[in-house]
Amino acid sequence: MVEEVVKLNNVWVQYDGTPVLEDINLSIRHDDFLGLIGPNGGGKTTLLKLILGLVAPSRGEVTILGENPEKSRRHVGYVPQHSLFDRDFPINVMEVVLTGRLSHTKPFHWYSKADREAAVEALRAVEMLDFKKRQIGMLSGGQQQRVFVARALVSEPKLLLLDEPMSSVDTPMQEEFYELLERLKQRMPIVLVSHDISAVSVYVDKIACLNRKLYYHESKELTPEDLEAAYHCPIQMIAHGVPHRVLKEHTHE
Amino acid sequence: MIDALLHYPFMQNAFVAGILAAIACGIIGTYVVVKRMVSISGGISHASFGGIGIGYYLAQYISWMTPVYGALIFAPLAALGMGAFVKRTHLAEDTVIGILWAVGMALGLTFIGLTPGYAPDLTVYLFGNILFITVSDLIMMTVLNAIIIAFVMSLYKELLAISFDQEFGVALGLPTERLYLALLCLIALTVVLLMRFVGIILIIALLTIPPATARQHTHSLKKMMLLSIAFGIVAVLGGLWLSYEINIQSGSGATIILLSATIFAASTLYTSLRHRNRKQSEKTPAN
Repeated sequence: MVEEVVKLNNVWVQYDGTPVLEDINLSIRHDDFLGLIGPNGGGKTTLLKLILGLVAPSRGEVTILGENPEKSRRHVGYVPQHSLFDRDFPINVMEVVLTGRLSHTKPFHWYSKADREAAVEALRAVEMLDFKKRQIGMLSGGQQQRVFVARALVSEPKLLLLDEPMSSVDTPMQEEFYELLERLKQRMPIVLVSHDISAVSVYVDKIACLNRKLYYHESKELTPEDLEAAYHCPIQMIAHGVPHRVLKEHTHE
Repeated sequence: MIDALLHYPFMQNAFVAGILAAIACGIIGTYVVVKRMVSISGGISHASFGGIGIGYYLAQYISWMTPVYGALIFAPLAALGMGAFVKRTHLAEDTVIGILWAVGMALGLTFIGLTPGYAPDLTVYLFGNILFITVSDLIMMTVLNAIIIAFVMSLYKELLAISFDQEFGVALGLPTERLYLALLCLIALTVVLLMRFVGIILIIALLTIPPATARQHTHSLKKMMLLSIAFGIVAVLGGLWLSYEINIQSGSGATIILLSATIFAASTLYTSLRHRNRKQSEKTPAN
């Protein structure tokens, strides 16, 4: 077993010449439950895409499960940030979960029996098996999110990434959802992206804060200096319809 | 009409063509509706007029060339061009569609104008005429239908995945862009298949109305396809019968579209009434 599931070494990412991630060093071990917080636009989703091999680093090295991220992608379960999907789309829960198997199936073939069994297993794990025939749009936000977790689990991943999963879950259901993640962390390391610091900090084992740079001490501790540095980065404002920048460069680094 | 169907080969051709058209529209139209590709499909069908003009022009030099073959080559290229522009440039999708739509039609008109001799009757291609369908048209329609069915059956699960959630498809490593371009090519083929039938201006209706009607009655993509084929067949044969009985000289395209729109309106009314009734009956026991 590879000790480090995720290993980022001095990684930089640029979009059109602008750095989005700067000099990131991060190790995730196989029993980690990591909460990743930070302001919007701070690069949280980019970091997940880097781990999935959907974004290439401009500098540095990314190793996932001992391989390059494109190769290991089929072993990584991903729950994308879900705001836009057509609630009327003619697809049921079982069919949604099965699409998660597509990294394992061949084109020109139907889903196999093993695929279907894996889907049933994944739905059972998130306690949504009773809804397998239901059209996806008929479920509540929290139930849909469970289905998307099942879709990530169905490929039997060795690492689970969740991008803002709570944004579409009603507050009373959030606790249940965290309990589901508590159970799943026994099986695989989890990276949970959120901007809700207080809620995340109750459940995760370690917290990292990201705003272009990563503030992480392999623990649940973040110093006030970390938070200040991460959250007080340059802010862009638009006033009176004329774009102009209000820059507040921080100096502690 | 039954009489005419038994006695006139052109009516028999029209009958078979109607069923073949309904099959292609039911399958491809389902993707057009659920993947929100209605405007790009409209753009492809109008741009394919360029192929008609080019085919007409080239027919004087190449013996086998016809306007329809011109469209058969040109329409997929126009579809790929549109898809590539939409995906690879920062231009807004509707801008690209608007430009290529008009450029395709202008190309068609230019080449028809360049061809010596009398200008042909363009209304056949613009509005179609099911009664002019020949046996060779039927053969081409059958082949195109076979291509569409084979493609959709072999990539059904991939197409479902990217239609539902494009972003997750990318994360899975699916070739989402190539699948999207392939879908656009199939739309182009369907356009050519329907061209002589309802004409390029009315094609968009057959690609959207039967699937939109079917969608109100099922939550399964497969059933939606089958239902839209059924609605399509009813509309096409019914429209054919109507135009024959009331003797509409301008062809059956218009009656087919109007009939399918009527079915859609009735289905919408039925669905919303049923929805309201269900809501009321849910309320009553609670209070």
